[in-house]
Amino acid sequence: MNFAGTATADWFDWGAALVNTVGQTVLDEIVAPRGSWSAIVRQGDTLTIVDVGGNQSADFLVYAAADTAVRYSVQHTIAAQRNAYLRTGAVLLSNAGGPLMTLVGNEVDRQDTIGGACSKESNSLRYGHHTVHEHACRENFLAEGARWGLGARDLVSNINWFMNVPVETDGSLGIVDGLSAPGKRVALRAERDVLVVVSNCPQMNNPCNDFNPTPLRMIVTSPEFEAVSA
Amino acid sequence: MSTPRTNHTTNTVLAAQSDARAQGNLLAHVMPYVPADTSPFLPNDVPAMSAVWAETVQGGGYAHRIVARGTRIRFEDVSGDACAHLVLFNADAPRERLNVADTQKVFWQAYPTVGHPLLSGEGRVLATIVSDTSAHHDAFAGPVSSAQAVQRFGAASAESASPSGEALFGLAASKQGLSRRDLPPSVAFFQGVRVESDGQLRFTGSAGPGSIVEILAEMPLILLVANAPHALDPRAEYTVSELRIHAWRDSATTRDHARWRVTPERERAYSNTQDYISSRGIA
Repeated sequence: MNFAGTATADWFDWGAALVNTVGQTVLDEIVAPRGSWSAIVRQGDTLTIVDVGGNQSADFLVYAAADTAVRYSVQHTIAAQRNAYLRTGAVLLSNAGGPLMTLVGNEVDRQDTIGGACSKESNSLRYGHHTVHEHACRENFLAEGARWGLGARDLVSNINWFMNVPVETDGSLGIVDGLSAPGKRVALRAERDVLVVVSNCPQMNNPCNDFNPTPLRMIVTSPEFEAVSA
Repeated sequence: MSTPRTNHTTNTVLAAQSDARAQGNLLAHVMPYVPADTSPFLPNDVPAMSAVWAETVQGGGYAHRIVARGTRIRFEDVSGDACAHLVLFNADAPRERLNVADTQKVFWQAYPTVGHPLLSGEGRVLATIVSDTSAHHDAFAGPVSSAQAVQRFGAASAESASPSGEALFGLAASKQGLSRRDLPPSVAFFQGVRVESDGQLRFTGSAGPGSIVEILAEMPLILLVANAPHALDPRAEYTVSELRIHAWRDSATTRDHARWRVTPERERAYSNTQDYISSRGIA
């Protein structure tokens, strides 16, 4: 990876692929702080997301590449595993109940499925109307999704990798200080060809990114046998 | 032996017409009551003249409706095994729809009950929960999925004995010109879930027969209701009983209502809603 021209800090940890480490690197890109990213991940390939600066929420949506009406369903995903948080082995299910991706590696406990994406609109409720002109994840999702023909109808409850949302006994919930750190990773194997859309959260009113948006690194790798056959 | 043919004489058009018309006043266990004030189950506290929707939805069935701002909708779990999965849309612009994540996050609360606004993704209140004798609800896991219904019950389609939430919502959506792309996560009334500190989802079931929940439409709404088993309902048989719905004209939440300013988040949510209603020219 060539990091020339990329904003960096001495405490960043750029990491490396979490699985398929001897396989073929299909893609290795940086998502700038506050920016968006998308790519097709082929069946069998694995996407590693590196939390370069630590506690940077990677807002994440995934669709079947062949039919984007088939998309991540938080309800089916957490109902099937009977747990609200994602840990290694979690299978991201679609609205039809079939597998989209599997979490094959995870270095942060309790990955969030609850908090959804920040938006200018919800910022008006959470922090006041003075925050409405701040950039937000929903803007990123809409802009990035538009490149693939997706619009507001296609935005559903998303995953927030590296974000921490506890639910207390009385139902109180909220985004609190993160459990991640520089260089922490998740790795997701595609169970079919999928479209992944990510917002590198720009929110500046809560600790979802430690009040300091930092880059994400996205690495897609193929298993070893594909590299051999290539 | 009785068959569907028994007692039908339909060998001429006139006979077929008489046969069809003779069926018109029959009653079914599950059916809409039209007009709504003819409902045999109209609640005592509902003025008959105000009733706008009355229906008993079968277990494994669905309902859909457009209602005006200010409509109050009562759901009743008649037999104790209903599960009303609900999705709401702004009837003017259905791209604005229920956002469960915002509904939980903005109000810092995972378990909606009385007073909890159901938010759209546009920072507005689609409806407010205004009555709740059940407190067994869920905004996490949703209805049984198609894959799960096939695996557990052998079928998931609407005509089967075990329709999935997806099958029912799909049809309800189509009736309103919407498709699966328009379907966000839903909220479930009458079957509860609690989240343990490690994230584990604990199914708490129903509060029993006769429980009611009422929501108040704060915007013109399209409602889609799927009465399907909860995804975490552990029972081996496909189990869901009838859901009764009554709706009547009431008043939306306005600035002079105590509900408006219970928390700063709710006050801004109702203000945003009023802002839309005013500029859209809706009373």
